[in-house]
Amino acid sequence: MRLSGGLIDRGQTLKFRWNDTWLKGHAGDTLASALVANDVKLVGRSFKYHRPRGIFSAGAEEPNALVQLRKGAAQEPNTRATVAELYEGLTATSQNHRGSLAWDLMSANDLLSPFLSAGFYYKTFMWPRAFWEKIYEPVIRASAGLGSLSGKADPDLYDHGYLHCDLLVIGAGPAGLTAARTAAQSGLRVIIADEDFLPGGRLNSETYEVDGQDGPGWAAATASELQGMDNVRLMTRTTVYGSFDSGVYGALERMTDHLADSGSKPRQVLWRIYAKRALLAAGATERSIAFGNNDRPGLMLSGAVRTYANRFAASPGQRVAVFTNNDDGWRTAQDLTAKGVTIAALIDTRADAPDSDDFRVYKGRAVADTKGRRGLKSITLENGTQVECDALAIAGGWSPNVHLTCHHRGRPVWREDIAAFVPGTDLPPGMSVAGAANGAMTLAAALKSGHEAARTIASDLGHAARGTLPQASDEQFAITPFWHVKSSKARAWVDLQNDVTTKDIKQSHTEGFRAVEHLKRYTTLGMATDQGKTSNVLGLAIMAEASGKSIPETGTTIFRPPYTPVPIGALAGRARGKDFRPFRLTPSHKWAKENGADFVETGMWLRAQWFKRPGEKGWRDSVDREVEMTRSGVGICDVTTLGKIDIQGRDAAEFLNRIYANPFAKVPVGKVRYGLMLREDGVCYDDGTTARLSENHFVMTTTTANAVTVFRNMEFARQCLWPDLDVHLISTTDGWAQFAVAGPKSRALLQKVVDIDLSNEAFPFMACGECKAFGTPARLFRISFSGELAYEIAVPARYGDSMIRALMQAGEEFDAVPYGTEALGVMRIEKGHAAGNELTGQTTAHQLGMGKMVSLKKDAIGTVLSQRPEMIRDDDLRLVGFKPVDKGAKLDAGAHFLTKGDPEDMAHDQGWMTSVAYSPELGHSIGLGYLKRGADRMGEVVRAYDPVRGKDTAVEVCSAHHIDPEGERQRG
Amino acid sequence: MLINHPLLGPRDAAEFVVKGDAALIGRPDGMTASPQEMHDYAYLRDNPAGTHRELWYHEQGDRSWLVVTRDTLTHEVLDVALARDVARAEGRSR
Repeated sequence: MRLSGGLIDRGQTLKFRWNDTWLKGHAGDTLASALVANDVKLVGRSFKYHRPRGIFSAGAEEPNALVQLRKGAAQEPNTRATVAELYEGLTATSQNHRGSLAWDLMSANDLLSPFLSAGFYYKTFMWPRAFWEKIYEPVIRASAGLGSLSGKADPDLYDHGYLHCDLLVIGAGPAGLTAARTAAQSGLRVIIADEDFLPGGRLNSETYEVDGQDGPGWAAATASELQGMDNVRLMTRTTVYGSFDSGVYGALERMTDHLADSGSKPRQVLWRIYAKRALLAAGATERSIAFGNNDRPGLMLSGAVRTYANRFAASPGQRVAVFTNNDDGWRTAQDLTAKGVTIAALIDTRADAPDSDDFRVYKGRAVADTKGRRGLKSITLENGTQVECDALAIAGGWSPNVHLTCHHRGRPVWREDIAAFVPGTDLPPGMSVAGAANGAMTLAAALKSGHEAARTIASDLGHAARGTLPQASDEQFAITPFWHVKSSKARAWVDLQNDVTTKDIKQSHTEGFRAVEHLKRYTTLGMATDQGKTSNVLGLAIMAEASGKSIPETGTTIFRPPYTPVPIGALAGRARGKDFRPFRLTPSHKWAKENGADFVETGMWLRAQWFKRPGEKGWRDSVDREVEMTRSGVGICDVTTLGKIDIQGRDAAEFLNRIYANPFAKVPVGKVRYGLMLREDGVCYDDGTTARLSENHFVMTTTTANAVTVFRNMEFARQCLWPDLDVHLISTTDGWAQFAVAGPKSRALLQKVVDIDLSNEAFPFMACGECKAFGTPARLFRISFSGELAYEIAVPARYGDSMIRALMQAGEEFDAVPYGTEALGVMRIEKGHAAGNELTGQTTAHQLGMGKMVSLKKDAIGTVLSQRPEMIRDDDLRLVGFKPVDKGAKLDAGAHFLTKGDPEDMAHDQGWMTSVAYSPELGHSIGLGYLKRGADRMGEVVRAYDPVRGKDTAVEVCSAHHIDPEGERQRG
Repeated sequence: MLINHPLLGPRDAAEFVVKGDAALIGRPDGMTASPQEMHDYAYLRDNPAGTHRELWYHEQGDRSWLVVTRDTLTHEVLDVALARDVARAEGRSR
């Protein structure tokens, strides 16, 4: 019901939809406060037993009131109604029920509760094993979780941002606001963040005065003062969710969640805040007391009842009872009385509690049970006294919000006088704590601790501390710990979100799960979206009691980020879809697109896979044609993606000689050499060609995939291993557009393009040089991946698009054909060149048939360990070629080789097929693969056994060089 | 985590690639090292709980290799030096 007063704007009425009903609230309401004002008690069903549940808190700690917000693609499950701001047209539905909220079919689970106790999953779903996939998993999946996802792509935008400050104040309650003002007046650059949309913290929920002003008024004036200062950034709707290394804090700002439509703005921004110092002023969270049926709609934390009454002008009931173990519960009774709400009774567990003229007080008593299936009707005290009421405010004491102090594994310490954990001494570097978060539970104390903390920080950072301490008085704050009502017969809830009862905790103890971390995992206490904010301390107090230990001996579970849930969308920011990993485009991309290319992702690049021509039915038609036309005429392929490293310096040759396993010291100027690169453990990890353009200038190519790693390792060798070698490296992969021009007519084509003599005498196989192509400075390399007479020509990347067009034009008279990565792959398999499929991370030079290339006369990376006995065995795997005995058979990569007559098991495994292709020139399928003693088994027929595809193909072992094994074409 | 780059000032750890134990600077000379020595160099790394000297590479930056002395328990960065300077100080040259 609505009360008078409050911080809502009654001039603005907002209509919103709750399940099938349209209701009204006001600007300044949360969804929860509007539901309270509309007397909606039942808002959801509990996770396990589907018990009816109502709103329990007024903040981020809410365990019950989780709803689905919005509709369609923007639907968001498990939103806490207590922090969802009301806006015109808001749509919310309850979750975790089949059928209507009031008549949930799953509530039968409640009757099964004796079987669903702690460790239920671990005990029940163990056997029989065959039930796992077919029965248990579908059942668990169907009942797991609370809300449901829309199944559609998130339509909203999210962004990331970075902020820097001297002091980050976390929380804008009395301590935080005072600290921010003191720090700002002392000249610090301050960021102050609060999860609420209204700064002030508990001041907005209470009836306190500060500096002679009412609390909310003082908070608003202070916030407005801060907003007017150039060195302050006041961030509302912003949750600082984690403390990370080096004073970095994560914060989630909800930019448009309070609007019906985000427009084109980001819905949420994930901030990374770099703070020299941080002051945690996150306040405290109230906790419950466990007693019979303490989970009915209408039961609410006492502080939350005050928040609804004072801030939102709403009462959860007409007749409210209060159950308390401390002075704070009295405040609720007094505030409600002042607002005209009837207090049915105040039950104080302390025998020495005071008296009241305004309401009935039961001293030294406790509530043992409650009645009312879908809303509270009455409570029953231990002595049998029944009190009629429609709401019960529970005051179990306050727990400081120490979470962020523990993100670097700090441990909170127990303070007996306030019956709560407070931050320990092992705080994250640069963090201090003020206000209720530090155990300063009363107003004047909180203001003072905020003010003083800020002054200390200002002095530490070299500023003269300024600012004045706001004046207020301290309220009563005395507590006698009281955790659960032992005489209660009915189930007593500890963790409402996970349906954990006192019995579950005792059972966990009985069954030996006594450490708090075990207790959490065995019973699920403190899991899920609320992470036990209202239940953890209660749970471990009961565990402590069961084990006869003190609370500090029992300890707490570890708090980890995030403090409250952070949407995956916010973590992803703009990095989603194609933007998650943007493609790099080759210089000929635009031209390739114009010419019908299909593209494929290779590493970080998008490359042309083949160029389809009219009439071609499948990719094989295109690829076969590209291979045939290249081998018979001339083909052109963009090979820009290969890594390119420019190496210069007086010691460049010596450096390369230590990087490559084969000799490199004496490569003549104007020559290219193939190089094999090993890791320090002797395994081959990359290969490529390196050209010597001049005495002190080399250009290396790496494989596309390893371009980054090779460069990194070379910098390591240069800076860390041989720091005085005169050599410098720069990555020029993107700097040069490079095209392979391959085929018997490649020389004729290129002779039209470049200004140097390309005759075999003047520019033989493996020659390189600088020249001009169409008048543009270019580099020419006579290297061949295809096995044909071939060249690679490189021009500065900005000429790449012009170059491909000019090359194709020049090639028209030769019927030049562009080819893609697939034809490139076919030709390299025909030629027997190893590629990614062959370099497995275990490949040795001997296996590649390159054992003799490894020079033992020099110290190169990996040489020593490449000579270990196991890596140079004669009976090891060798890379060889394969062709099917039946020429019509198609080979498959991944098939394993078996010697004829051997059984099909791993003990008789002879190796595996690494790469296969259809060779248009040979007219049948061909393969490359590793075979034990392969080099000695030419002509032998072995089985290519492929149980995954159900195939068993007879293949003949042959040279890996399927085509032109003598290499005459490339030298011609 | 922030790494105080000797040339560029405090940089976010996300800009770096970590390689681990800075003992990798002490590569034995392959012409004289025994296979056992080279094996130990390639495979054996210290991974202490506490102060550790590590190699970090500023890949998204100036491509410097750094030796970062770091407490692996608290992630506190105690010292940062250019790996090249460290290598020279350890007697490495050409």
